[in-house]
Amino acid sequence: MAQRPITLTVIADMLAGLGRSTLFLLRVIAGLPSLVLRPSLVIQQLYAVGVLSLIIIIVSGTFVGMVLGLQGYNTLRNFGAAESLGVIVALSLLRELGPVVTALLFAGRAGSAVAAEIGLMRATEQLSAMEMMAVDPVRRVVAPRFLAGMLSMPLLSAIFTALGIFGGYLVGVELLGVDAGAYWGQIQNAASFEDDVLNGIIKSLVFGVVVSWIAVYQGYHSMPTSEGVSRATTSTVVVSSLAILALDFVLTGLMFTGD
Amino acid sequence: MDDPLVEIRGLRFRRGRRVIFDGVDLVIPRGRITAVMGPSGTGKTTLLRLIGGQLRPDAGTLRVDGISVPELRRKELYGLRHRMGMLFQSGALLTDLSVFENVAFPLREHTDLPEALVRDVVLMKLELVGLRGAWRLMPDELSGGMARRVALARAIVLDPMMILYDEPFVGLDPISMGVVVRLIRRLNDALGLTSIIVTHDVHEVTAIADMCYLLSEGKVMGAGSPQTLANSDSEWVRQFMNGLDDGPVPFHYPAPDLARDLLGDAV
Repeated sequence: MAQRPITLTVIADMLAGLGRSTLFLLRVIAGLPSLVLRPSLVIQQLYAVGVLSLIIIIVSGTFVGMVLGLQGYNTLRNFGAAESLGVIVALSLLRELGPVVTALLFAGRAGSAVAAEIGLMRATEQLSAMEMMAVDPVRRVVAPRFLAGMLSMPLLSAIFTALGIFGGYLVGVELLGVDAGAYWGQIQNAASFEDDVLNGIIKSLVFGVVVSWIAVYQGYHSMPTSEGVSRATTSTVVVSSLAILALDFVLTGLMFTGD
Repeated sequence: MDDPLVEIRGLRFRRGRRVIFDGVDLVIPRGRITAVMGPSGTGKTTLLRLIGGQLRPDAGTLRVDGISVPELRRKELYGLRHRMGMLFQSGALLTDLSVFENVAFPLREHTDLPEALVRDVVLMKLELVGLRGAWRLMPDELSGGMARRVALARAIVLDPMMILYDEPFVGLDPISMGVVVRLIRRLNDALGLTSIIVTHDVHEVTAIADMCYLLSEGKVMGAGSPQTLANSDSEWVRQFMNGLDDGPVPFHYPAPDLARDLLGDAV
């Protein structure tokens, strides 16, 4: 057999991987309706991936907002526009930092945990045991985690953004003396629900789907060894982070050009 | 053997380039304990996965209770698996559920039994394996032998027709081993099961098996009752059954002549 050039092999492998993961995603989506009858499975996972991610989201959101307040104030003051601080903080968070930073943190906190958990279930034959008990692990284990990730991300992103705006307020208004009325008033005037809030929600929903998809796929298809599980966890964080940043560029291009 | 439960003819299976089974014929009689033995890496566990429909053979027929397993669609396969139990080497208990919930798991997934009945069935099955008192424990609080007994209770909770045991004796202390060995025999007879035990622990399994198959290099090297195999004419079978260190399977890994090696010619 003639040797194929290495670039072709790499491309073929990538396409095959994409095909496999798409088929897997379709299987997961097909398993979602059955969860209507088993809400407890989803609630358990909402707690694991959503509630347990709250601390990191709350702390990071507040600090990111505080830094934005500080940097924004120092720059705007040079132009005598310190009153516009609220707009800078709110729009950066609503459009970009809220969804993107939340998704990156979410991939590190919840995505890696889901991949490791499913990978370990594979390594300890728990998934095989379920199959032999005529229970489909994709429906029982994967679908609830995927749905919980998808639902948690927009909520976490909303909390991150809200606390970020509050952090900006703490630094800008309480510490540096920007007028509180101007801070909130400017936000109200400049931020539009459709362009900013809704697009931010759409972004975070897309990121939620992508991170959850990558995490469950990597975990489910990990090699059943400790090295395999560790590789699945690492890949989840690396691939998710790259996908989030690339998709953010594409989504921003689609949403905010021609304003 | 007039009433086989599992019938395998001309089974071929390969993983990548490696041939695992090359024309294997196997018949598992109903109501008996059949041991499938062979050296490590001969594909004994693969055989169980083929019977359970987790893998598909490349060629040959494989029937369980008259049903051709490789041709089944997922739903039909799951229907058949309701009537099969499998005990994994590690027990494969679900680590986030207690002993009670692990045993109740198949009931909760496949039936709508009221809670009181689930409780009674689970406690009865746990009583059979001697672990009713451990129902509250979590899997990480169990010893290896206890975990395997809980997994056994889970495997029989839907009253299957057959149980597949994957290396049930590995890593057990002598007492736990004795308990598991006798339990397999007792459950098989009391519940009218058919048991297939995959193992390389010759001594333990020959004490309870009615029928043995010896697999090696993708083929059946010997078949019959433990007695027949022990007195077999085949040198290979005798080496395996008696655990002899040299024979058709050589003690030495292929190497050049020792004298040449020592004189430093080869290295």
